[in-house]
This record gives sequence, C-alpha cells and structure tokens, in this order.
Amino acid sequence: MTQSVVIQVGQCGNQIGCCFWDLALREHAAVNQKGIYDEALSSFFRNVDARVVGDGGSISKGKISSLKARAVLIDMEEGVVNEILQGPLRDVFDSKQLITNVSGSGNNWAVGHKVFGSAYQEQILEKLRKSAEHCDCLQCFFIIHSMGGGTGSGLGTFLLKVLEDEFPEVYRFVTSVYPSSEDDVITSPYNSILAMKELSEHADCVLPIDNQSLFDIISKIDLMVNSGKLGAAVKPRSLVTASAEALRKRHKKPFDAMNNIVANVLLSLTSSARFEGSLNMDLNEISMNLVPFPQLHYLVSSLTPLYTLADVNIPPRRLDQMFSDAFSKDHQLIRANPRHSLYLACALMVRGDVQISDLRRNIERLKPSLQFVSWNQEGWKTSLCSVPPVGHSHSLLALANNTCVKPTFLELRERFTRLYKKKAHLHHYLQVDGMEEGCFTEAVSSLSALIEEYDRLDATKVFLQEDLALAQRTERKEAETMKIPGR
Amino acid sequence: MSIVTVQLGQCGNQIGFEVFDALFSDSHCSQGFCSKKENEAYQASCKERFFSEEENGVPIARAVLVDMEPKVINQTLSKAAQSGRWKYGQHSCFCQKQGSGNNWAYGYSVHGPRHQESIMNLIQKEVEKCDSLSGFFIIMSMAGGTGSGLGAFITQNLQDEFSNSLRMNQIIWPYGTGEVIVQNYNSILTLSHLYRSSDALLVHENDAVHKICAKLMNIKQISFSDINQVLAHQLGSVFQPTYSAEGSSHYRRNPLEGFKEPALYTSWLKPVDAFSVWRTQRAFRRYEKSAALVSNSQFLVKPLDTIVGRAWNMFASKAYIHQYTKFGVEEEDFLDSFTLLEQIVASYCNL
Repeated sequence: MTQSVVIQVGQCGNQIGCCFWDLALREHAAVNQKGIYDEALSSFFRNVDARVVGDGGSISKGKISSLKARAVLIDMEEGVVNEILQGPLRDVFDSKQLITNVSGSGNNWAVGHKVFGSAYQEQILEKLRKSAEHCDCLQCFFIIHSMGGGTGSGLGTFLLKVLEDEFPEVYRFVTSVYPSSEDDVITSPYNSILAMKELSEHADCVLPIDNQSLFDIISKIDLMVNSGKLGAAVKPRSLVTASAEALRKRHKKPFDAMNNIVANVLLSLTSSARFEGSLNMDLNEISMNLVPFPQLHYLVSSLTPLYTLADVNIPPRRLDQMFSDAFSKDHQLIRANPRHSLYLACALMVRGDVQISDLRRNIERLKPSLQFVSWNQEGWKTSLCSVPPVGHSHSLLALANNTCVKPTFLELRERFTRLYKKKAHLHHYLQVDGMEEGCFTEAVSSLSALIEEYDRLDATKVFLQEDLALAQRTERKEAETMKIPGR
Repeated sequence: MSIVTVQLGQCGNQIGFEVFDALFSDSHCSQGFCSKKENEAYQASCKERFFSEEENGVPIARAVLVDMEPKVINQTLSKAAQSGRWKYGQHSCFCQKQGSGNNWAYGYSVHGPRHQESIMNLIQKEVEKCDSLSGFFIIMSMAGGTGSGLGAFITQNLQDEFSNSLRMNQIIWPYGTGEVIVQNYNSILTLSHLYRSSDALLVHENDAVHKICAKLMNIKQISFSDINQVLAHQLGSVFQPTYSAEGSSHYRRNPLEGFKEPALYTSWLKPVDAFSVWRTQRAFRRYEKSAALVSNSQFLVKPLDTIVGRAWNMFASKAYIHQYTKFGVEEEDFLDSFTLLEQIVASYCNL
C-alpha cells in the first residue's frame, strides 16, 4: 500500500485541511475496531511512539500509539495554524512540519510565489523530504489551497514546481478553491489567473471547487433540515457538512460546513485505495483514466448523498436517486452543468453496500442523457469500495472531465481582463522582484489556450434535438421527485 | 500430472480463489452419484492436478499469486486460510506496493522486467513441487494494468522457459460499458501479445456472466462475488478429471491434453470430428448431470471487433497515448496490435 502527504497552504487550505484530518480520524476510528496500526491508516498517518522524544519514534506495526498526520502546514500568517495547534487536533500534527510567518502575503500572488517562494524554498524542501522519508512508498501529494488570495495561490503553486523537480514520480493532486464572482478580494482574478498557469503546467490533476457552489449546497441542506419536511428524519451524524465540533457546539459557521464537503471529497477519492472492495481504484488510476491529454486535467466533482435519511432500509430507488443526483447541476462543486456539456471521461467511485449490478443499471439508465466525446463513447471508470463514509450506508463521488469547466475559466478571464485593462492594482505586483507584465500576458495566454482546447472539443458535440428534449424531460422529472418529501 | 495456476491482478486473484474453492468443494463432495472407488479415483486425480500435500494434511493450491498492490492478495490468502479446508502456500505470493494504474505499458514494460526474476522463481518453485507438469493456467483480466500487461509479459516468459508445457490463459473480457476507460487499449495490447505466446485463450465476458446471474439465476443484486462464482463453476467443470481415451476406468493423466487436440483449432472439420466429448461418471458439485461446452467458434468475432473498433476510434484522436508512450509502448506497438487483431477477425470471418 502507498502513502500520501497532504500539503495545506494558506488560510483556506489549512481550514479545509483541518476538516480533512478530523474526518479521516473519525473514518478510520469507525473501521479500525481493534486499534491496530494497519496499512489503511498508514496511507495518511504515521504511528509514533509517544514516549520517544525526537524523530526516531516511528512504529510500523502493532497497536496505535500516537498518530501523526502525514501533513505539511504552510501559512504566511499565524492565525489559522495557531488555532489548529490549540484545537482538538493539536496532537495529530508534528510541530516540525509547519512553516509559518507573521506578515501574510497581502492577497498578492507575487508576494506568495516570488518573495516567500524563494525565502522558504529550502525549508519547504527540507520538510517535504522528511515527510517522504517517513513513507514506505509515497504515491501522491495532495495540495489544498485557494486561488484568490496570496499565500495559497502564490506559495501553493510555487510548491508545485518544487514537487515536480524533487519528486517527479509522485502524483500532484491539487484541490483549488476558486473565487466566486462576489469575492471580496479585489485582486482575486489576478491571483487566480497567475495560479492557473502553474496548475496547467505542473499539476497532474486539479479539482476546482467554487465557494458559491458549496454555499448553495449547504443552504439547500439547511433548508431541507430546518423546514421540517425532513427534519427529524435526517440522521444528524450523517450530514456530510457536519464536523465533530460543529455537532457538539451546534455551530452554524458556514465555512465549517463548506470545508467539510471538500474534506469528504478527498476522503472518498482515496477510499478505494485505502480500503478493500470488489473493484479497487488506486490513485494512479485516476490520472490514467481521466486525463486523456496532459493539459486537460481539470475534474469536476460531485458528492452524494449529502445527508442520509434515518430509514435504514433504503429501497433501490433511493440508491438510484444517489446516482441521478451525482449528475445534477445542484450537486456539482463548481458552477457547472455537466449534462449540457461534453464528457471526455467520467469516474464513479462508489462506497458501501452497492454492487456491480446497481452500478451497471444506473450507468445504462443515465447514459442516454449524457454526451460523451466521439472517441470515448463508453468512457466510464468505476470503482466499488466496501467501506462507506461515517454515518452513511453508501455514497458516490463522481469525477468528470467535462467541458463544463469552461464557463468558470471564461468568467475568470473576463474578470481579469476588466481589471487588467485599467492596470488596476498592478503596481503591487510589478514592484515585486521577478514580476513583469509578461507574467500576466503569459498567464492569460495559457488560460486562453486551455479554453480553446475546450472550445475545439465542444465543437464536436453532436447535439440532436431529441437528445436535448430527453435530457430536459429527465431533469424536470427528477426535479419533481426531489420536491416531494419522503421520496 | 499437474497444472500450475498463476493468478494476476485483482481480477485474477479474486477468480483464482473461487476456482480453487469450487474444485476443492467439488472433489470433496460426498454426493458423487457414482461408486466409492470412482469417487476416490476422481478425488485423487483432482488433488494431483491442483493441490499439493502439506504435512498437516491441509492441501495447498498449486498457485502463484501476483499483484502489484497488496490489498487483494491479503484478502485472498485470508479467505482461503479461513475456510480451513485448503489454503495457498505461504510463500507463493508476489506483491508490490503501488499498482499498475490500469496502464498496460506500466504492467508490461516496468513491472515485468523489474520483477521478472522474482516471479519466475516463484513459478519455478511451484513447478518443482509437481511430479510432472502438464501446463500453466494463467488467470487475468484484459481491462486493467497488472493482469493485462504483466500477464502478457509473464506468459511470454513462460513460453521461453517452459516451451514444452501448455500455456492456457483465462481472460476476462470487461463489461462493454466501461469499468476502465482505457480498457480497449489494454485489451488489444494484451490479445495481440498473447496471440503469440499463449496456446489457448479461454474467454469469459463479464457481460455474459452477468446475464447468466440475472436471467438464469435470478440474482437481484449481483456482486462480483456472484459473477466470480459462476465463472469458477464453469471453469471447474472443464478442468475436473475426465476419462482418458483408454476408457472409462482411467482418468486422463494430462488435464490439458484435451486442449492440445488440433481439432479444436483447425478450420474445416466434419461435424463428427469437430466435437469431442470428455466424460466422467462422477457428478460435478452435486449436479446429477451437467455439461460444459468449450468451443472455438465465431462467437468471439463480434466482441473482438467491437473492442478493436473502439480502441481504433480512441487511437485516432491520440487520447491517452501519452500515458503509454511514457513507459515505452509506442504508437507502432499499437498499430502492430491492430493489424494482428484485424487479421484474426478476418480469419474467423472467412470460416
């Protein structure tokens, strides 16, 4: 079995990271009844002898002594990391695996990338090498960051080049939170576009996430739970949005809930690699199946269910509903409607009590309403993992390489152009050593080239009127079904 | 004479377990619908073919388990051991940490050469335990990376090192609507390579077995376990001992002898020659009467043609090719595979 290291950069990255570790511990605790440090745990955790001071305390087998996350925490401000280190997860993190500063990046990609990049390169390399040494067989780096700020965006993408050079055989999966159009950071379009170029060139796979979509999802869940229609029928522990802390304090911090969804995506992505199942899917299979051309590695994700009804005996129709939801625009984690766009490839990662026949039945049912690119008409990658997430009997993560990412990129470019035309705030960037206007023009060219690739693919869409009608009818029918409680 | 089984990848290992389990439970079945003496001869023959003796009496499967990641092998070993009736050899496994990523090129060009010595050593050890080797039974899927790529590599090696023994490959044809997106690439590369190094390809299509489970067996929620058990049942009934040409009191010594019959492979025969029957009195798994049919027919032309068509379609757009060229499988290798398979399809069509 292989190990993965999570690198959380910036405020957003660290907050999501924190949710991830909390959830990972809960998931393993639910499965690992005997307290033995097993291979599944070792994918994300080290087992350290708590009595030994210093670094030599790794225990590879036997009872769990003290679990340490395979993580590197980076932030150029101390607030978030300090909070983590004082919170319930403080013992999970190795204090030597942190890189912090006090001044912050001022929401400036150039500061994050160029200034802090060069200042911290050695330290970062040292921490990464340490993490790698602790792994028997390191397979993947998971980078979590946001695109709109300075640290996550700038330093986070600087890291990618370092990782590519230092660990060329290890996959780089990036979870990137894109700024919504109502983002309050004025320079977020600059930061995002500059970061995009790095993602296109140095990441193996990117999962773009949109704050607005996350917010919409949790708003809908809140509405359903609080409106009394489903109310008591929902198992509180099954809310994908709930963290242990939130359940305890009954907090209503929206970011907590939003971050939990992303954390769940990362856990589901790795579940088939960690746990057994009748059709396993390792991390190296994600890239192999979902990235037909190196540049086109942006995967739209959707997670269902987002909550579970208290009724344990779930009839097949509910199970089928889970598959339908995965393709509805309301469940996507970016603003996109994959049904109206072109699929290059699609992966369905199923967890829990679901068998191959359920999977096949639903693929057959949903296929007619989806459009696949001509050279990949049967482009499905599937996996079945026996272990469901905590609080659910089954779940589904869908990853789509679909041209529906294009609108997000188009909008980003549009917002960038509006700012750049007026040279607004540009001096903050240009005054940083190593930055020039060329960086901006190159970055936007890179994005334009990417958009062109998606345009070319969209042009191959053969969209028959009947298909459109069928797709619309199916969507309407499903929308009707969703409105009725108890169904 | 004995058969050494090589189980490759998740599919190969999951099926391999079910096959040995089916063989064992059949041979130890109390209800054989035949005489005691008959039953004992049957059991002895089955045992010799598929199991070796152990000190404490628990039979050990004559198998080598290979996978590039540990989860499935661990599961397979423990399932066998748990049954208490038979098990796999403790040192019969070869495992790595990181899988083949559904990449035929990785299985064939990276894992193959890297682990050739270790795997062939394991197989050699298993062969040495046999009084006399009939041949190899290699169980693999076509869609993934290990079974397909490493499977093709190992089969080639077996051809080089054990040229006198029969190599029979059990290939699992994936579902038409995808399990793996690059399954068509992996399949054509596997088939074209196996064509040159395997003596016989026994094919099972997931779609077909799935239909059996759904329509004939009425299973509501079909799992891979169900599918594998049906497969194992079919394979078991083909491989269990049958009478040799000398007559009904002796079981064939060489289990794969039947597969060597040229009649199975030549094109034009009179119907009476084309159909050979292997029989036994002894019932298989409590079925009073049962029959298994192994045929070399045009049945496979359509699925083969479909796979080649889809692979070609994808190849024409160069999609995913960078994943293969990264590990030394070039576009010419793809083209060679296409040519060979198209020839095979044409040959079958000309019958």
